[in-house]
Amino acid sequence: MSQPAIQIESISKQYRLGLREQAHTSLREAMVDLVTGPWKRFKKLSEPTSDAGMFSALEEISLEVQPGEVVGLVGRNGAGKSTLLKILSRITEPTSGRAVLRGRVGNLLEVGTGFHPELSGRENIYLNGAILGMKRTEIDQKFDRIVDFSQIEKFLDTPVKRYSSGMYVRLAFAVAAHLEPEILLVDEVLAVGDTAFQKKCLGKMSDVARSGRTVLFVSHNMAAMKQLCDRCVWLDGGRVKMIGPTDDVIRSYLGDSDELSAEADFTPGDTGRVVFHRAWVSNTDGTAASELDALQPLWVNLDFEVRERVQNVDISAWLSTVRDTPVCFASLSDSHGGKIVPLNPGRYSCAIRIPENFLVPDIYKVTVEAQTPGVSSEDVHWNAIKFEVIETGSPMRAYREAWRYGCVFGQFDWALEETQTDRSTELGSKLHPSAVR
Amino acid sequence: MGSSAVDKSVNLKNWAGNLVRTSCAQIETTDNITFIAPKPGWRGIGFGELWRQRELLYFLVWRDIKVRYKQTVIGAAWAVLQPMATMLLFSVIFGLLAKVSFDGLPYPLAVYAGLLPWMFFAAGVSQSGVSLVNQSHLVTKIYFPRIFVPTACIGASLVDFAIGFVVYAGLMSWYSQLPGIGICILPALLLLTLIATAGLGYLLAGLTVVYRDFRFVISFMMQLGMFLSAAPFPAQLWPQRYHWLLSINPMFGIIKAFRACLLDRAFDWLSLTISAAAAAVIFVVGICYFHRIERRFADIA
Repeated sequence: MSQPAIQIESISKQYRLGLREQAHTSLREAMVDLVTGPWKRFKKLSEPTSDAGMFSALEEISLEVQPGEVVGLVGRNGAGKSTLLKILSRITEPTSGRAVLRGRVGNLLEVGTGFHPELSGRENIYLNGAILGMKRTEIDQKFDRIVDFSQIEKFLDTPVKRYSSGMYVRLAFAVAAHLEPEILLVDEVLAVGDTAFQKKCLGKMSDVARSGRTVLFVSHNMAAMKQLCDRCVWLDGGRVKMIGPTDDVIRSYLGDSDELSAEADFTPGDTGRVVFHRAWVSNTDGTAASELDALQPLWVNLDFEVRERVQNVDISAWLSTVRDTPVCFASLSDSHGGKIVPLNPGRYSCAIRIPENFLVPDIYKVTVEAQTPGVSSEDVHWNAIKFEVIETGSPMRAYREAWRYGCVFGQFDWALEETQTDRSTELGSKLHPSAVR
Repeated sequence: MGSSAVDKSVNLKNWAGNLVRTSCAQIETTDNITFIAPKPGWRGIGFGELWRQRELLYFLVWRDIKVRYKQTVIGAAWAVLQPMATMLLFSVIFGLLAKVSFDGLPYPLAVYAGLLPWMFFAAGVSQSGVSLVNQSHLVTKIYFPRIFVPTACIGASLVDFAIGFVVYAGLMSWYSQLPGIGICILPALLLLTLIATAGLGYLLAGLTVVYRDFRFVISFMMQLGMFLSAAPFPAQLWPQRYHWLLSINPMFGIIKAFRACLLDRAFDWLSLTISAAAAAVIFVVGICYFHRIERRFADIA
């Protein structure tokens, strides 16, 4: 029976809020504390329930990763993903619990750790390699491959401070990628560089994964997760919320996630006569916002590019609720008498005004598409942006969970007429004016 | 990985299992197995790990040396100019203006003999003292023995120290001064200087991470220390009966001994003994404090 490569047993990490603050205390405060400290500690001991000063970054995390397995960690910012990786790479100590890692551990919490801007690319390869834990002879062996991967041969003897950020990241990733540890801890390194390089990094990561190494991988890039990971762990508020096959975990995570995103930038593909560059939702001030006032109009904005003249492509956006209930559909032709507007090549920006008191307070998603209706689609981005309409005194403010009743306010005209007058009530109300209220 | 490594890991497995169950295993790497568990209070320094990773120390020293005089016009000449300029300054102030006598020796020669170890000490301590704070990006992103960071600063200062010695040799031949038999203990003095520098450097590096006040304290300490150590003038300017007390500052005794051995003068053994003991104490305290505070660096840096 083989033993797990990574074995984590109920690891917890607590930050004493005071401990963190100590980083900024001065000696004077420490001296004051010297006098007042014992009293404070006495009081703390007298009230054993004073856990208010503790912040739990991780609570009782247990996890086993088999050799050769690639496991992804997903979760919102602050869920404890990075803290877990920091503990496993020994940067910080857990408060309780233990872990055993079997194999040489390499960590990639940030590319370019230890790069010195004044040193040349060549010198930094050696320095960074040594910091990551490579032996000198090992770096000598891999030097050519590293240079080749990073494509910076010409600038090998230039100080890295003169590098473009792309070159810098390429070199940094190249060194890290050639570390070849048995256990690799990776945090968000794929979020850097241009698309082509990201693809290359992802390819390298798959190689690493396929070569039988154990990888623990943190990313917000769900596509990369799906491509690389066998299993996923969903951390929420410092606890394991779910462990399972990548697809299942990611689906649950994305479904649950109420992370709002007011804007989305797209990297247009090579195909498509009309492609989107950006979509965002903005408030009356014109600033991008993911939380919007129900009593104010809001705008859905689209930046798109027309690559060749099109006669029959309509730009459209449709709304659905976070529960995937379709709400409504809007397109550019709406404002042109239902006729599709011919577009000449160029960059365009458009804004769709959604009136106040239209959307019921809830979370909404917007999908954008450039399409020839019923025929073909040029470019589509599902649920590109996600925003929340905030209850600020809408017509349904008195109803709890207004979204249960519908997605939009039915602002219809009501015809009211009295069909029979009840005399006794009228009289009663006159006698007791307080009863009317 | 060869089959021998597999065998080894099989053997280690049982042992490792026991260790984990009895929970006495703390952070330590044994071949390729890493145990992680909290351990409060003091713990062993782990010299084995330092030795295994010695190449990293070499690279860090090499980095600090390389970077030191980058993008300067005269480059490494600064290593010569700095002590020369300081020597001239004090020769003019104390030798020419204040007419302080240095035992009949040429003032520049005598003052340089004291400035040489002092400047190494001051540079080493000030640089290593702020090294961790300045390199917090490294400390919070990757694990390696943190003590290498201040050690590398001291290692890099050694190069300037060596250059200073070469200049001093030139100065001695210029003044036709020969060192006496006391030169034999020079290696011991160098080691003592290194111990004092490293000890105070480690202590201050740890303290600066927790209390940033020390960043400012260090530069003041060094200014004061220069006079307390009698680096720019003869130790005799301080009353003789207090020399034992002044020797608690290790550099006082060390500088005195440096002058004695380089200029062929009588040694003050009491002073040197007290200073050596003080240096040893500072070193032990410094390394222990650094080690104790080390595991909190990433949380507070």
